[in-house]
Amino acid sequence: MRMKCRAIVKGIVEGEVLITKQPINFLTMIDLKSGIVKDDRHDLYKKKIANKVFVFPNAVGSSVGAYSIYALKGNNVAPKAIVCNKADITTASGCAIANIPLVDSPDSDLLVINSGRWVRVDAINGIIKLLPTFSAGRPVRPLP
Amino acid sequence: MSPLQLTSDEEKALKGEHGDALATAYRILLAIGEATEAKELVPIKWAHVSGVNYNTIGDSGVEFLEKLSKDGKVAVKTTINPMGFDPVKVNSLKLNKEFIAKQNRIVSAYERIGVTRSFTCIPYEVFDLPSKGTDVSFAESNAAVYANSVAGLRTNKESGLSALASSLTGKAPYSELRIEELRKPNMGIKVNYELDNEVDYGLLGYFAGKVSNNSVAFSGIENLSKRNAKSLSAALGTSGSCGMFTHGTAGETIEFGKEEARKIRDELHTSEKGDVITLGSPQLGVDDLSLLADMVHGKKFRKRCLIFCARAAYEGARKLGYTEKIEKAGGEMLCDCCTCLTPLIDRNEVDNVITNSIKGAYYLNNSNKVGVCLKSLKEIVREECE
Repeated sequence: MRMKCRAIVKGIVEGEVLITKQPINFLTMIDLKSGIVKDDRHDLYKKKIANKVFVFPNAVGSSVGAYSIYALKGNNVAPKAIVCNKADITTASGCAIANIPLVDSPDSDLLVINSGRWVRVDAINGIIKLLPTFSAGRPVRPLP
Repeated sequence: MSPLQLTSDEEKALKGEHGDALATAYRILLAIGEATEAKELVPIKWAHVSGVNYNTIGDSGVEFLEKLSKDGKVAVKTTINPMGFDPVKVNSLKLNKEFIAKQNRIVSAYERIGVTRSFTCIPYEVFDLPSKGTDVSFAESNAAVYANSVAGLRTNKESGLSALASSLTGKAPYSELRIEELRKPNMGIKVNYELDNEVDYGLLGYFAGKVSNNSVAFSGIENLSKRNAKSLSAALGTSGSCGMFTHGTAGETIEFGKEEARKIRDELHTSEKGDVITLGSPQLGVDDLSLLADMVHGKKFRKRCLIFCARAAYEGARKLGYTEKIEKAGGEMLCDCCTCLTPLIDRNEVDNVITNSIKGAYYLNNSNKVGVCLKSLKEIVREECE
């Protein structure tokens, strides 16, 4: 399965999905040293966004969240790519200086993707491709 | 093909022909331009940049700004947000040396870029406002919401980086709240009880931020004072992505009543008492200091009370005799810094804080990790002074 989307910050990566329906405040909700969600009211509490394809609706709150995205990159715990329903100014500017591929506005509902699924994010041509977990009955990627 | 059309000069700058800092700035503008479906960049008159307090941008922020300041220069008037401490009183503030050193590096980098040393989150109160309809680029969410909703300026809810990119280029993507048609609210909130004080307006703002985006119309709060507008703007900018409010009705309307207010209060009011009082977020302006001086005149705070204000407001209030009254009552006045992510409230020393700021309450709970007792200024003076 593939979805079309808008490519905002260019790049192509493959990775494991971490998805949430809740918005993200990068300044207050994420531990910038570990890349772990530290807000105990968020449904991703204690989950690690590092090296994931991080899927969330949009960022909220603080105007310095863009620096938080950049800090995650500097600490080697940034997401591999970010997929939003609607990319906002904080996320777009943070990804632009951290060189994190960013896509948004997918043509079908992101919620069909589960956390743990492997995807290829093509943020040049604007395509998200769901990758197979099994091939000929054998796992080709870490199981969700 | 990118929908955002750059001029040939902008393309050259993007490729680095005018230096690294401008290339970075145009990369940021290109990304946010694409994200917000802009077709072109437009000139702006004033940038207000957030990301000054070391607690908000950390080590990677220090490095980023130092690199940018090698060849980056402001192209338009640029004011900046509060830093982490009052530089005049820094020696008496018990801060660790590393924090002070890192903070000073940030300030020096901004100075090399050529900003005005404003250290304020209320630029709309400290500086003369340009004429209505002027395009500006305000990071600091309370200032962006206030600029759009009360001051009649036009800005998107910028990030620290996007406002900085606008500062260096003098431009911003023409999108969202810069476009007249998109400034029209797409939903309404009807306030169905009489709001009494700044905390009530903050609760409304925090609620509105959660349920709306871009622009929202309020009905039932027609006679909004400047003080309550500040509280409302700050809370609205904290909880969501909405960058503007108007008065009236629009689209689908939902109600805000005592029950909705109680739910937000339950989320942020996490302690029944507090060891320290903090006033600010946003910083207090001259009018706020005048009101506070009248209220505490002849009284004494029973607890330590930190009062964060813009330095320009402090100087103005000092000439009018307000600061003397506040300091006589035991208030500790601090300039150039503010409540949000302040290193002055440390959970190793303080368990719970009293504040009248909803925005402050959110950050004190979530970033400083201390309990928060919400009280209006009137309640604070009645219950915490003698």
